[in-house]
Amino acid sequence: MDKPVPGRRQFLIGTAVVVGTGLAGVLGTTVRDGELGAPPRSFRGGVPWTEGQADAPPGVSGEDYKFFTPAERMFIEAAVSRLIPNDEVGPGALEANVPFFLDRQLAGPFGRGDHYYLGGPWPKGTPEQGYQSRFSPAQVYRAAIAAIDKHTRANFNGTDFAKLSDDDRDKLLKSMESGSLQLEDGVDAKTFFTMLLQNTKEGYFSDPIYGGNKDMAAWKMIGFPGAHYDYREWVTRHGEPVPFPPVSFKGRPGWNGES
Amino acid sequence: MVTTLKPVDAVIVGFGWTGAILAQQLCDAGLEVLALERGPWRDTSTDFATGFAQDELRYMWRHHLFQNVSDDTLTIRNNVNQTALPMRHLGSFLLGTGVGSGGVHWNGQIWRFLPSDFLTKSHNQERYGKQSVTDYDLTVQDWGVTYDDLEPFYNQFDVLCGTSGKAGNLNGQIQPGGNPFEGARSAEYPTPPMAQTYGPTLFGKAATDLGRHPFPHPTGNLSQPYVNNLGAQIGACTYCGFCEKFGCGNYSKASPQTTVLPYVMAKSNFTLRTESEVLKVELSPGRKQATGVSYVNSAGEEFFQPASLVILSSYILQNVRLLLLSGIGTPYNPQTGLGVVGKNYAYQTMSSVNVFFDDKLINPFIGAGALATVVDDFNGDNFDHSGLGFIGGAYIAGMVTGGRPIEMIYTPQGTPAWGLAWKHAAAKNYLRSFSLSVHGSCMSHRGNYLDLDPTYRDIHGRAMLRMTFDFTDNEHKMSDYLTDRAAEIAKAMNPREIKLNRRTGSWNVVPYQTTHNTGGAIMGDNPTNSVVNKYLQSWDVPNVFSMGAGAFPQNAGYNPTGTVAALAYHSAQAIIQQYLKSPGPLVQA
Ligand SMILES: Cc1cc2nc3c(=O)[nH]c(=O)nc-3n(C[C@H](O)[C@H](O)[C@H](O)COP(=O)(O)OP(=O)(O)OC[C@H]3O[C@@H](n4cnc5c(N)ncnc54)[C@H](O)[C@@H]3O)c2cc1C
Ligand code: SF4
Repeated sequence: MDKPVPGRRQFLIGTAVVVGTGLAGVLGTTVRDGELGAPPRSFRGGVPWTEGQADAPPGVSGEDYKFFTPAERMFIEAAVSRLIPNDEVGPGALEANVPFFLDRQLAGPFGRGDHYYLGGPWPKGTPEQGYQSRFSPAQVYRAAIAAIDKHTRANFNGTDFAKLSDDDRDKLLKSMESGSLQLEDGVDAKTFFTMLLQNTKEGYFSDPIYGGNKDMAAWKMIGFPGAHYDYREWVTRHGEPVPFPPVSFKGRPGWNGES
Repeated sequence: MVTTLKPVDAVIVGFGWTGAILAQQLCDAGLEVLALERGPWRDTSTDFATGFAQDELRYMWRHHLFQNVSDDTLTIRNNVNQTALPMRHLGSFLLGTGVGSGGVHWNGQIWRFLPSDFLTKSHNQERYGKQSVTDYDLTVQDWGVTYDDLEPFYNQFDVLCGTSGKAGNLNGQIQPGGNPFEGARSAEYPTPPMAQTYGPTLFGKAATDLGRHPFPHPTGNLSQPYVNNLGAQIGACTYCGFCEKFGCGNYSKASPQTTVLPYVMAKSNFTLRTESEVLKVELSPGRKQATGVSYVNSAGEEFFQPASLVILSSYILQNVRLLLLSGIGTPYNPQTGLGVVGKNYAYQTMSSVNVFFDDKLINPFIGAGALATVVDDFNGDNFDHSGLGFIGGAYIAGMVTGGRPIEMIYTPQGTPAWGLAWKHAAAKNYLRSFSLSVHGSCMSHRGNYLDLDPTYRDIHGRAMLRMTFDFTDNEHKMSDYLTDRAAEIAKAMNPREIKLNRRTGSWNVVPYQTTHNTGGAIMGDNPTNSVVNKYLQSWDVPNVFSMGAGAFPQNAGYNPTGTVAALAYHSAQAIIQQYLKSPGPLVQA
């Protein structure tokens, strides 16, 4: 253990045991997935550094929906378009492609409850104790959408949430926000609303590599330049407009011919 | 099966700020040192390079660098009459993990506590009477160490980080441009203060008009390139605005990675093992001596690591938990007030005031973790508390750390959280608003403490830590008074409007407040009032030292790490100069 391995640029692997993941043989390749647990390592004799390895962000590709059923997708589109409606000031959540962002988030580690502790027992708790549910975020969405549609069908002549008027959807969203809407099947409306609103804003304002914030239009609306990293020139230019158009990790229209 | 490994002179449990400092100090003293870190290795070019470091979703909201609570968290409640439940998602504080830990994703706000902060009990009692320190069931204490004792070690941390700032008190002489209330410094800051953007500049002007004493925030976001005493090179901050909660892609934020690791990792007497979680400190049969630590790695292999010296540097919450799980010291009992381990858990009392302009472009995305102009006129005992009904205080900072749009869009009073009205308010105010932060002290209280949870277990089957905490009337009164002082400055900037975000109600685990947890392994002058002596040495098991803010008997109105680092250097010097020559208690009980 802890013996130098020659030719590895002061990068020493001691008790290196690769745990049972797709990571086997990862050392020395260009992939490094920070979402997965790393194998135990031992370092001696220098700063370990491997050329070309980067814990690059897990962007998304494609256009297909992986998590939401068609009915769930209609629900989500009808809800987020009320949370952030479209007008001439800036895009709505629908126009910013937030439903697709949500789909990919729920299909991935976030949806599975990575970074949530979900062990029992599960008493309800006080508001100060925060999230207290056995459900992962994906389970919260699935159960809540079903419970809300059940509620609207019972109270609005068999109509799904997605088919209600703007006003009725706003009223329902408000009653979820305040916690006054009671749902069945173990669903807490306020917990769902809080999560949906937060995730909607995430999809609206995060880097477009995650599938939302289409054309960086939400950044343009507020005047945020995005992934710039150096503002030294502008620090003491007080009150001047900063003329940088927004840029994402993928660049911006005009760079690399991409849009 | 547990494998017993070759003994080392010192084992360091956790490799964040204090672990890195102790490793460097003990290696330089010639010891064979092993650090065990539960999280992964992390370096700038691999883990937070500029091509992808500025990712709000991934780092802030998906907790990419923070502790994953899915297999280990703590339980929380506001008082003993409630049932503590797991903190199922990080919120109020963002616990670090991995090499560098919180030192990677901190703001870099580098403070010293006031001389009077180290004498919370005796000083306030003398000036305001005995009830000032016992009202509201406060359990404040003196530290057993003074500002003057720590000054050389504060300085050592500034030299390590290259802290950017302007001294306000050099060897007792008040200096223009600095903080006139600070304790005397033996040296100027290693690098000049950062240039201030528009928001902090407006704040400074308004504060001056009101007769306050503004100065640039001392910062580990460096104003210019710097080579430190260990030969590490730190770059100049580019005001990227993705600082706290993110790693710095520019090598310009002081962190273990940028200041200590290049040096310590090259030492031939140092070893680091990552993905290795210490479960317990093992004791000799008489329980007077630690024999080493047991740990398990991410492959599930279990080890016993013998060591002559055990340094706990696993952040306050894990330090306290390891002391409790290992049976070191007597657990605190809130009913009787007896026992010490877990006693005096405290936090930070935060509030803020948002300011909105019509005519001024603040451009909040030009920011840095510690970019602020500050007034310290109402911190600690810098002002007369007679008749106010509280002790303690806060600094007030006109601060722009960034304009990350998911987290940091301010909207005026009465704006709904969604809908067209919200969107219009966001579009209108984003570039024209910023926030004054009121960063308040938190006194210790009889009912606020840490112990082991009776129900919830982590993935290894160990009891989770249980946190029982709420803000007391002392804190609410202090915070209201200070928020009013901040509002005065906000109004003096002549904005269109302001919004007060007061500290109301019970402590809530959901919104981020600070990762400034303190107490539970407190220091003091004798074993009946403290867990460790002034050198952070356990009174009960003298070859165990407990680093970190767990040693604070109560929390002052500043960010903790300057003081955490000074205490670590102070402890390291005592270990090297006294303990190694004659192992045993450094202070007689
Ligand atoms: C977002 C944020 C902003 C902050 N900003 C500031 C600031 O501006 N100014 C300031 O003064 N402070 C700030 N802090 C606080 C600062 O990060 C901490 O005070 C500091 O990192 C504490 O150092 P430490 O060595 O005690 O613990 P840490 O640096 O947290 O290191 C503890 C290490 O121990 C490891 N560990 C824990 N348990 C075990 C175990 N059982 N076995 C093995 N390893 C273990 C952890 O994984 C971690 O690596 C901030 C914190 C956060 C999260
Ligand atoms: S603000 Fe400065 S110190 Fe902070 S991460 Fe950005 S470049 Fe680094």
